[in-house]
Amino acid sequence: MIMRFLHKFSSPPYFYSISGRLLPWLTLLFLALLAYGLYGGLVTAPADYQQGDSFRIIYVHVPAAWMSMFIYVVMAVSGAIGLIWRIKLAEIVSISSAPIGASFTLLALITGSLWGKPMWGTWWVWDARLTSELILLFLYLGVIGLYSAIEDNRTASRAVAILALVGVVNIPIIHYSVEWWSSLHQGPTVTKFAKPSIHIDMLIPLLVMAGAFKVYYAIALLLRCRNELVQREQGSRWLGEILENK
Amino acid sequence: MSADSLSNAFLSVVRRDLLLAYRHRAELINPLAFFVMVVTMFPLAVGADVELLRRIAPGVIWVAALLASLLSMDAIFRSDFEDGSLELMVMTPHPLSVLVLAKVTAHWLLSGLPLLLVSPLLAVMFDIESDVISVLLITLLLGTPVLSLIGAIAVALTVGLRKGGVLLAILVLPLYVPVLIFASGAVDAAASGLPVSGQLYMMSAMLFLAITLTPWPTAAALKMSLS
Repeated sequence: MIMRFLHKFSSPPYFYSISGRLLPWLTLLFLALLAYGLYGGLVTAPADYQQGDSFRIIYVHVPAAWMSMFIYVVMAVSGAIGLIWRIKLAEIVSISSAPIGASFTLLALITGSLWGKPMWGTWWVWDARLTSELILLFLYLGVIGLYSAIEDNRTASRAVAILALVGVVNIPIIHYSVEWWSSLHQGPTVTKFAKPSIHIDMLIPLLVMAGAFKVYYAIALLLRCRNELVQREQGSRWLGEILENK
Repeated sequence: MSADSLSNAFLSVVRRDLLLAYRHRAELINPLAFFVMVVTMFPLAVGADVELLRRIAPGVIWVAALLASLLSMDAIFRSDFEDGSLELMVMTPHPLSVLVLAKVTAHWLLSGLPLLLVSPLLAVMFDIESDVISVLLITLLLGTPVLSLIGAIAVALTVGLRKGGVLLAILVLPLYVPVLIFASGAVDAAASGLPVSGQLYMMSAMLFLAITLTPWPTAAALKMSLS
């Protein structure tokens, strides 16, 4: 049943038409979540008792950091699906995720250091989370670099899938080794978000923003996938029919 | 042991690679010279302060080992890919992952082991104490095979490309991070008189994990590069 649905969904024409119909609704949902999250985060949430208003950057920073890891896993899983069952759409999802994931990683790093300057007095500390986020960015860059270096799209997708799978096995190892490394070299210089409980008025906008980022990812992913699909399926009959009807 | 047994295939690939390398003896020295030179650059760059050098020496030696391994990595499948012997290896009845393991073994014997042999000398030049040197050697012994095994995946992915060099570094270096951290952590701990068994256990675990797991993605990547 699920497999049948997947097979249907993964056929390029079906995906193309259904994603086209989904996109406006997703955009609407994204705008609603974003508006509520930003209003809640920037206006109604109380200022932090220590950090004042600067803490509000977490409404961008934390969801971006969550997405950076989430997207890597999506990339690896869909890469594996493409590798095993040779589903074209899974390959496209995998490679289309990479630039989005890299952007979220970069966003998390930039917002983090913007927050770090007033809070810690420095743009960057070699702390475990920062370092492993930076390494995650390198992993994304490797994936993008490898994909663009191989000319044949399908071969490139398979190469990227292998690399992403190797990376996904490595990410926990890298993460924990980096954590262990920073705790050995220097005591925790700054404890971030170590408050035992976050106030509910702060938490709800954060979760809403996380939802908004997820929906944004879905939108960006669908757009990129459709674009990639059109490029790869040039000259196929279903695409010609769609374009003629427009 | 019959002529076409798996262990025989493994050994003959190792023997062949060693023989090929022996025929080009002069090339063997290159990664080693690179390793020594990179290490030499550091005192020139940061100054000849003995205390400072002793503190950074393990890290310097490890980063140099990382770069040297990266540099020699590119050659592991290149010539076999170009002259077609890699295709023959894929077509043999033996699993490609075992042959890959054989090639990596030969590569480590040719590039990792020499680093291991020359690094005590460098360590002495940096005035590291002798019991710290032994820890450094153990980390190199456990760590450099992991570097070769992980690097082989990335080389297999890029072997079909004309300009894989810089890309290889981007693919491989992030994956080297855990080895670097545990190795230099162990040496640091030894230098300040702390127990190092934890780090060494972790490195052994990574070595065995790498031996068992990495040949499969490498083999898959090679097949992809050949298709």
